[in-house]
Amino acid sequence: MRKFALTAIAAAFALTAFTGTSQASGDAPVPKAQDWSWQGLFGTYDRAQLQRGFQVYKGICAGCHSLRFIAFRNLEGIGFNEDQIKAIAAEYDIEDGPNDDGDMFTRPGKPSDYFPSPFPNDKAAAASNGGSIPPDLSLMAKARMHGPDYVVALLTGYEEEAPEGFDLAEGKHYNHYFPGHQISMAPPLYDEAVEYTDGTPMTLEQHAHDVVAFLNWTAQPELEARKALGLKVLLFLIVLTAMLYAVKRKIWRDIEH
Amino acid sequence: MSAPVWNNKVVKWVDDRLPVFSMLHHSAYEYPTPKNLSYMWNFGSLAGFVLVTMILTGIFLVMNYTPHTDMAFDSVERIMRDVNYGWLIRYMHVNGASMFFICVYIHIFRGLYYGSYKAPREMLWWIGILILLAMMATAFMGYVLPWGQMSFWGATVITNLFSAFPIVGEPLVHWLWGGFSIGNPTLNRFFSLHYLLPFVILGLVVLHVWALHTVRSNNPTGVEAKTPQDSIPFHPYYTIKDLFGMGIFLIFFLFFVFFAPDFFGEPDNYIPANPLVTPPHIVPEWYFLPFYAILRSIDFSIFGVPAKLLGVLAMFASIVVLFVIPWLDTSKVRSSKYRPVYKWFFLILFIDCFILGYCGKKAPDDYFMGIEGLHVIVMGQLATLYYFAHFLVVMPIVGKLERPKPLPASISESVLKGGANA
Repeated sequence: MRKFALTAIAAAFALTAFTGTSQASGDAPVPKAQDWSWQGLFGTYDRAQLQRGFQVYKGICAGCHSLRFIAFRNLEGIGFNEDQIKAIAAEYDIEDGPNDDGDMFTRPGKPSDYFPSPFPNDKAAAASNGGSIPPDLSLMAKARMHGPDYVVALLTGYEEEAPEGFDLAEGKHYNHYFPGHQISMAPPLYDEAVEYTDGTPMTLEQHAHDVVAFLNWTAQPELEARKALGLKVLLFLIVLTAMLYAVKRKIWRDIEH
Repeated sequence: MSAPVWNNKVVKWVDDRLPVFSMLHHSAYEYPTPKNLSYMWNFGSLAGFVLVTMILTGIFLVMNYTPHTDMAFDSVERIMRDVNYGWLIRYMHVNGASMFFICVYIHIFRGLYYGSYKAPREMLWWIGILILLAMMATAFMGYVLPWGQMSFWGATVITNLFSAFPIVGEPLVHWLWGGFSIGNPTLNRFFSLHYLLPFVILGLVVLHVWALHTVRSNNPTGVEAKTPQDSIPFHPYYTIKDLFGMGIFLIFFLFFVFFAPDFFGEPDNYIPANPLVTPPHIVPEWYFLPFYAILRSIDFSIFGVPAKLLGVLAMFASIVVLFVIPWLDTSKVRSSKYRPVYKWFFLILFIDCFILGYCGKKAPDDYFMGIEGLHVIVMGQLATLYYFAHFLVVMPIVGKLERPKPLPASISESVLKGGANA
């Protein structure tokens, strides 16, 4: 019986494992696995990296991409204090209203406001971007296969010239990792795209990593709380289960089974 | 065992008026259970535990969810971000669905291996299949609620299946949708039914347990308990064994909740539903993959019956066939432990279901496990063929031809010979 069960389980696992590995869609290569600070049971976010990533988002991505699930107050999660958040929010113009006269008006942002979208609606977004709508980035890090690894690969996977024989459409750019290789977004990042003040090298690679770390935070702001609680819960359960096992042994002691 | 005598005055007062304590005593303490049940018998109570978890987390999710196509996706993100411990409740519910199917599938395979569907347990088995069907409907509709891309397109593919039926097909689909396309009415009714069905499942579970307590548990030998030496009271022996199993299970379940919450999910469902953009691969959740493979494997018509209709019928038949296996299985022996030939066919069926799952996940023209020339669709067809052949051909024939190993005279005898671990 035991050998039988093992055979069954081994065969099942072999099949399941196979389903997982060859996920790459079409001809796009599997993105390289990156090292991230939040990996593993004890992983946490690197606040400095998140803040650099925010700088990249604000300086580059925000021109076209919204971040509609993130409010300024949420930036506490990447290590800004209340005053800093107020200052950041105030840099933005937020449309509010209607006021008592029935008119819409703009005012400086408050911490409770959400990041304003760069375009008033999808049509406007498409019209300014050659027909393609730049997707919202709040959930980007978990809305694609291979998550953050894919986004880094995409940001750094541009080729100036499409390979020989590849029919690149007008206004499109060649990218190794984008499904179909034709992407509307022009290469957004380059060396020294934004100015870091903490001495971190301002390379394309570094910018890409930082902004993806930030986007992983926007996608999973609960990650640190989740893992911290998870460790306590699992530790408790392991002790409890061991004790239950001991009780089980004691209760069953006199039963032939 | 005689009726219990209650010493506590309050307990006695209540019990004289409504015998809840006597009932508990009767169904837990006096309930005789075979003493040789293996850990494979833990999964029924585990499934019940997950059902309760799903209902409780679901009730709290509903307090914060908005069933409207314009707001559903955002309301789920509000739960994840702004509701206190909303992420925990939602991730428990999302992963709980997978856990429910893991428990129930193991429970079903256990029943198949040890012949738990055979007389006198046919009704018990039937109610179990009804629970599976209700679970599938519930899981499907629940997956639509976050209104992500996979929610929308999954709903599109599955509801469109009903259009395969001649004449009534199209009106049926429009009736399901509540309109001429999937939209707000569809989301609303799915939400309503997703809240209703778990309580239907709960009712079926009560019947399942009632039937179980009437015919009692099967056991690894498949030999009915005959003498008092064969059985032990459910409490405390199996309550503690179930609790220990629950500890192990919770470690497994909560590992995913806390450390890999999106492991079972599709990334596409974090993209809001868009009727104008079709995802490149529309795949159902893992627990539907084998059925999806059966559906897709019928790509040919027979006697003018279109392939799509045949596929839908085959998919439903794959579950309906389970209702009749108490009569398809002609063996006089319940447990596959004593069935040297059938045992290996069971193993093939088990692997076959994984092959079907694999084929359901892949695009039909991919190669099966990278084997050049062997397309997923072909492998899916072979696996579908075996699935049905197993029940319709293998079960009746092997049951007749096979010479089973000698059965132990009783559970006690098998236990004393160390047979339980053989």
